[in-house]
Amino acid sequence: MHVPDGFLDAPTSVATMVAAGGVVAASLVRASRHELDERTAPLAGLVAVFVFAAQMVNFPVGAGTSGHLIGASLAAVLVGPATATLCLTVVLSVQAFLFADGGVTALGTNVLLMGVIAVWVGYGVARAVLAVLPRRMSSVPLAAAAGSFVSVPAAALVFTGLFAAGGVAPIPLGPLVAAMVGWHLLIGVGEALITFLAVSSIVAARPDLVHAARGRMPALQLRTPEPVA
Amino acid sequence: MGSGHGSHLHVEGASRLHQVPAHAKLVGLVAFVLAVVSVPNGAHAVLGALLLLAVGVLVSTRVAPRHVLPRLAVETPFAVFALVLPFVAVGPRVDIGPLTVSQTGLTAALALLLKGTTGVVAAIAFAVTTRPRDLVRALQHLKVPDPLVLIASFMVRYVDVVGDQLRRMRVARLSRGFSARSVRSWPVLAAGTGALFIRSYERGERVHLAMVSRGWSGRMPVTDPLAAGPGTWALALLPALVAAASSVGARMAA
Repeated sequence: MHVPDGFLDAPTSVATMVAAGGVVAASLVRASRHELDERTAPLAGLVAVFVFAAQMVNFPVGAGTSGHLIGASLAAVLVGPATATLCLTVVLSVQAFLFADGGVTALGTNVLLMGVIAVWVGYGVARAVLAVLPRRMSSVPLAAAAGSFVSVPAAALVFTGLFAAGGVAPIPLGPLVAAMVGWHLLIGVGEALITFLAVSSIVAARPDLVHAARGRMPALQLRTPEPVA
Repeated sequence: MGSGHGSHLHVEGASRLHQVPAHAKLVGLVAFVLAVVSVPNGAHAVLGALLLLAVGVLVSTRVAPRHVLPRLAVETPFAVFALVLPFVAVGPRVDIGPLTVSQTGLTAALALLLKGTTGVVAAIAFAVTTRPRDLVRALQHLKVPDPLVLIASFMVRYVDVVGDQLRRMRVARLSRGFSARSVRSWPVLAAGTGALFIRSYERGERVHLAMVSRGWSGRMPVTDPLAAGPGTWALALLPALVAAASSVGARMAA
C-alpha cells in the first residue's frame, strides 16, 4: 500500500524527501563499504527484482481475500540493511514512475516508511533477537520473523506521526493511532509468518546467502577416508 | 492492498509527449505534481481545472483508454479513506441531506480525491510515454548516484525474466494439484518465495561474472546522451508552470 499524492501537504512531502534522501546517501556509503561495491551492482539489482516479484505472490487469507509481502525486513535480513534500503528505494521509484503506484511527490514518504523505517527497524530487531537467542542457524528465521513483525506497525506509527504533522484533515490522533497500529499488528503477524517460512527455506538450502547468518556457518571439516587394508 | 503489477505501462506511440526526452518529462512531472499538492485544500475549482489539464495531457498521448483506465484502480484504498474522512474528522459540522458531516473533513476529502487522481493521471501520462530504459537514462542524466542507476537498470532489464520465472513456478505448483486457498498453503508459497530469492541471487552472480569477463569496470558507459532544447524544456515544464501559477493565485485569493 503506497501513499498517493495529496495525502500529506507539500512541506511534509518535501521534508520526507530530504530525510529519505539523507538515509539513502548514508546507505550508499555503508553499502559500498560493508555489503557490496559498484562491481557487484548486478547482485543488488537482482535482489531489487526479487523484492518486486515477491510482492506479486498472493497469500490467501481466507474469505476470498489475499495479502502480499512488503519484503522490507526480509530483504534487510537477506542482503543487509544498507543494500535493502537501496533496493527498496529503486523498487518504489520504479513503481511510482512506471506503474503510477504511489504518488510521485509521496515518493520520499514511501521510501522513508518502507525503505528506511521498515528496513532498519526490522534489521535492528532481528539483530537484537539474534544476540539473545542461542548461536544456531535455526535462530535466524525466528529473528527475521520478529524483525518483520515489529517493522510493519513501526512504519504505520511513523506514517501516523507524519499524518498528524502534515495530513489533510484533523482526525483525532488517539483513535487514528489505535486503528493504524492495531490493523498493522495483524498485517505484521502475516508478514512475520511468511518471512519465517521463507528465511527457513533459504537457510536450509543456501545459508551462505543470508546476511544475518554470517559467522554462523559450521566450519568446513576436511575428512579423509580410512585406508582400507 | 495492491496485488502487484503485471507489466509496465509503456505504449509505443508518436505523440509529442512520446518525443520529449525522458529527463525533461521526469522533471516536469515531479514539478507539476508538487505544484498541485501545494494548492490550498479549499480551492476545489482550481484543483478540478488542474485535473482536467492532467487528463488533457494524458489524452494527447493518444493511448487507448482501455489501457490506462484499469490503472486508476491503484487509488481505491484512498478513495475509501476519502469517503470515511468526513465522518471521522473533527471540526464544525454541516448537513448534507440526511447526513451530518465534518466541514473540514469534507473539504479535505474532496481535495484528497482531486489531488490523488491528478497525481495518478499525470504519472500514467509519464509512464505510457516513457520506455523503462529511458527512465534509467534520465536518472543517469540527472546525476542520480551510480549504484541506484545500476540497480534500476538491472531491475528494468530482469523484471520480466524473474516475473516469467515466478509464473513458471506457479504453473508447476498448479500442475501438481496445488491450490492456494487458506493459510495452510503458506508454507508452500513461502518456500517458493525463498527459492525465487536463491534463483534471483544466483542469476545476479552469473550476470556479474558474465559482465566481468566482458570488461565491466563498475560504470555503465553513456552511448547516446539525452539532450533537450529550450523549446522542449518549456513544453515539459508548461503544466508545472500553470499549476504553480494557479497555486499562487489560489493562495492569494484565499
